[in-house]
Amino acid sequence: MPANINHFFLLWDKSRRSFVLAVRSLWLHKLRSALSVLGIVIGTGAVITLMAFGEGSMQDALEDIKRQGATNIIVQSVKPPDDASSQRRTMTLAYGLTHADYAKFKQLDTIVGSVPMRIFKQELRELHRMHNGRVVGTTSGYRNVNKIELVNGRFLNDSDDDDIKNVVVIGADVAEALFPFQSASGKTIQLNGHDFIIIGVLKERTPLSNAGGISEDYNSDVYVPINTCRARWGAAVYLRSSGSRSGEQVELHQITLTISDIDKVRDAGAVIKDNLERDHGYKKDWLVVIPLDRIEEAKRAKDRYMMLLIVIAAISLLVGGIGIMNIMLATVTERTREIGIRRALGAKRADITLQFLIEATVQTTVGGVIGALIGIGLVFIAPIGSELIFHKNLPAQLNAQPVIMAMSFAVIVGVTFGLYPAYRASRLDPIEALRHD
Amino acid sequence: MTAVVRIEKLTKEYRLESVTVRALRSVSLAVEQGEFVALMGPSGSGKSTLLNQLGCLDRPTSGRYILANEDVSRIDDDRLSEIRSKYLGFIFQSYNLLPQYTVVENIEVPLLYQGCRLNDKTRQRCVQLAQLVGLGDRLDHRPMQLSGGQQQRVAIARSLVNDPHVILADEPTGNLDSRTSDEVMQMLTKLNDAGKTIIMVTHENDIAAWAKRIIRMRDGQIETDEQNVRAKVRHEMAGEFSASLSSLLAEAIR
Repeated sequence: MPANINHFFLLWDKSRRSFVLAVRSLWLHKLRSALSVLGIVIGTGAVITLMAFGEGSMQDALEDIKRQGATNIIVQSVKPPDDASSQRRTMTLAYGLTHADYAKFKQLDTIVGSVPMRIFKQELRELHRMHNGRVVGTTSGYRNVNKIELVNGRFLNDSDDDDIKNVVVIGADVAEALFPFQSASGKTIQLNGHDFIIIGVLKERTPLSNAGGISEDYNSDVYVPINTCRARWGAAVYLRSSGSRSGEQVELHQITLTISDIDKVRDAGAVIKDNLERDHGYKKDWLVVIPLDRIEEAKRAKDRYMMLLIVIAAISLLVGGIGIMNIMLATVTERTREIGIRRALGAKRADITLQFLIEATVQTTVGGVIGALIGIGLVFIAPIGSELIFHKNLPAQLNAQPVIMAMSFAVIVGVTFGLYPAYRASRLDPIEALRHD
Repeated sequence: MTAVVRIEKLTKEYRLESVTVRALRSVSLAVEQGEFVALMGPSGSGKSTLLNQLGCLDRPTSGRYILANEDVSRIDDDRLSEIRSKYLGFIFQSYNLLPQYTVVENIEVPLLYQGCRLNDKTRQRCVQLAQLVGLGDRLDHRPMQLSGGQQQRVAIARSLVNDPHVILADEPTGNLDSRTSDEVMQMLTKLNDAGKTIIMVTHENDIAAWAKRIIRMRDGQIETDEQNVRAKVRHEMAGEFSASLSSLLAEAIR
């Protein structure tokens, strides 16, 4: 057998011996070992869990933003802060985006699509049946922007808008409430005293959380052409709340603009802001939301979070490593005589170093594995708990990478912090060590 | 007869704070193959220091130490370890077995550090050695489960496993009662009969009486060095024992 291969096998034999010994002494001092690797367990577990939840919520946020469209710019009406004039209760507060704004935006050459929205609460009636829903005045483009799916009929089209037709597309809940056990298509409902013909019914869908745009329920909404909306309801919408007769006059609640090219989104955003600033003067009654910015913001936030996690991981592993070093130094002192015996029987310094290094590494590896198991367990259990107790969805995304990373760090910590105690052990004078008791 | 151990003008000095302690003062000594030497002397006479030097656990301040034709007085730490693992066997006063290991595993330890791969053959040899010292029925016991005499017999088996040139025994009966002392000494005598060179430190005349040669030390120097013509009677079974030991150790393990 070649000498170097034999050497390798010998090293293997020694390592195996040390490994068995390490496991035995770990088992012998169960409580002590458990306490000494606790830092590593917590560190590894925490990093894996936090990584998973961090990754999960980032993914969630990114998806939300992407659903709004990365090439979109969302312009919203915002109720301006109360000023002295609004003390007069009967005053109708007029604010927000106007049809003039909408017309102007449409003329910008980088804008390939624009969808206005006007939203207000409205009783929806069909003879004696009634449903509290919302009217959304919009155009045909709404369908694409919001990924509308229909069970039957069609969505609004441009001629509906141009001809100011009394047509409506209704949400699933509305159809269910007003036309139970029958098809709603082609039927008529009454909105604000006008008859509207139902041309389409939406598929049931889960509401979109409010990530930048106006939150949309879909199921209780009915959609009418924006021009029809303007003609039948007038410019102002009065939102009467009990005890107050104040109304609001908002022409458009939101305009979703689609930009031709993702690279032009920022410039277009700036132009839109300039326009609004000029036209609305001092009144800050609008808000421009650029999902693309939010994606980058989210990515930056994620990076910051990951940096924070790395710092936490580093600190906890440092603490864990110091714990290991402490216990290994104690072990070396405790087993000085054993070291002396081994040296007398022919162990080289390197053999002693190897033995204690393996012992430290076995400890941290076991700690790392336990930590990883606890961490992975938490990733699965915590969302269930959150659902049951807080009724909140806790997104978690478990990737292999952080698990492998955390565990390999645990091993590295063992080697690093075991090095000094192992070195100390190897430098002991055999005669002194043999005399130790 | 060739001298398996030869030291020439060996000096060992320690520095204790500002005082220099001269533990060995130019000691010269030759021990030949097959001898059984007892090193005696009051405490502080340098007998333990000399044994440590002979055991390659320490290097001399000056002088030469030639062990089996190799000068080991100026070699590095790793080489010293190698010498210990290949040419020397140790027996200690407090047995010094590894508490985590079984009887057989304890006997195996020197083989591991000698650079021997542990396999069925080496295991077989260790088991046979354990049987030879009368512990065939305690192979998987831990040292804690054995009596002092039994532990010392494991230590003897361990000192034999690498077929050493010299067995160094440091007060091998110091922790034992007189009856078990006798057992251990009979065993060492048998080893000597089988051809093993033994150097033993003791302060008891009774124990030294088993050796063939008695060296008395005082103040770091050899005071007297004489053959012990009235060495104790050898065990009647010695012939059989030495035959089986010889055949056992003759088998190559590497």
